[in-house]
Amino acid sequence: MTLTTDSFDFVADLVRRRSAIQLERGKEYLVESRLAPLAREAGIGVDEYVRRVRSARREADYEDVVEALTTNETSWFRDAAPFDALRTHVIPTFAQERGRIDRLRLWSAACSTGQEAYSIVMTLTDILPGTPVEVLATDLSTQVLERGRAGRYSQLEVNRGLPAAMLVRHLQRVGAEWKVSDAIQRPVTFARHNLLDAAPAGAPFDVVFLRNVLIYFDLATKRAILERVRRVLRPDGFLILGAAESTLGVGDAWDRIPVARGSVYRPASPVVTPPRAAPYVAAGAAPLSGTSAFPNIPHQGGHR
Amino acid sequence: MKALVIDDSRTMRRIVGSLLEALGFEVHQAGDGQQALDLLDDGLEIDLACIDWNMPVMDGLEFVTRVRANPDRRQITLMMVTTESETGQIVRALAAGAHEYLIKPFTPDSIRDKLELLGLVGSEELV
Repeated sequence: MTLTTDSFDFVADLVRRRSAIQLERGKEYLVESRLAPLAREAGIGVDEYVRRVRSARREADYEDVVEALTTNETSWFRDAAPFDALRTHVIPTFAQERGRIDRLRLWSAACSTGQEAYSIVMTLTDILPGTPVEVLATDLSTQVLERGRAGRYSQLEVNRGLPAAMLVRHLQRVGAEWKVSDAIQRPVTFARHNLLDAAPAGAPFDVVFLRNVLIYFDLATKRAILERVRRVLRPDGFLILGAAESTLGVGDAWDRIPVARGSVYRPASPVVTPPRAAPYVAAGAAPLSGTSAFPNIPHQGGHR
Repeated sequence: MKALVIDDSRTMRRIVGSLLEALGFEVHQAGDGQQALDLLDDGLEIDLACIDWNMPVMDGLEFVTRVRANPDRRQITLMMVTTESETGQIVRALAAGAHEYLIKPFTPDSIRDKLELLGLVGSEELV
């Protein structure tokens, strides 16, 4: 049975209240396809499933529905441009402006199943070997966080965008799956976070990846999220949005950085130290610690 | 852009071929490595070869090695498309000169992702 208007409105309202994601009329197909697995599990149609969720009023059901509608697909090195920008612009800029890079803290917001966070670590491992790197990976969905934390991916998932050379270097085959190596997993801490809430612990960040998320929000919400991001980003830090996103129309707090195909921004008029003449030297190769880089978040990456 | 799909399975040639056609490639086919080399020797010029590993007459690894040994064929991008999924096999193929490695089964998105990595198709970011 097709989703009734009543059921669609209920779901759209629930998702909007909990995640601020707007599901306009016409997105019934999306709701149906995303809720189909949950309905199938319950042995009923989608509309009946929604009516059941409505009448049962159970928090767990609400969470299932919101997670199903807010979880997006991801892939390794998704849209290569941001990782190229990290390699060719962001890190060289830090090196030039700061003189040396002692450590880096990055936030992978709306990280889904973790491929973006691990792709960041793989990239930085190549260009800043030995420099301590910490990546906070957050998402609204506890299910995807669990998957990211486990660091295990199916064959189909590793086929999505992960260069073969990176696959054999950073993942090991475990039965039918591939597992991210401890060296790549250890710097990543996964934590639940709703972009509508205050920014997570761990600030300030040198780089924030916030890709393919803003497109789902209305202007006021976008503005609020970007303002919170600006507050936790170092004044000389970088914000990386999805290729189809920009801060245009959201405010003048950001400067777009001309990087090929990249949607890269910095806080407007950043306060930076003057460039130094000395060449960049990677900071002392302190081994990556097994403890959490984010004091208020228990370390959950690695050793699984 | 021209692609050569090298696989002893006609079904796989058809599947990979149609995905490549959808991405704008002109697709040619060969049933094993030797047939593929013969096509190249006959003057077929290609940008991409998608190569199965296990084939009669000449396997995919041998084909990659032969193509890489010929400086005139340096412009050809070589991608293994195979069920061989052990780390050691992937390392062997890359060492022999394969540029990328796609493990079967795969989805249309994965072949596109790989070709994007190789710079053979443009980025198609979700909106």
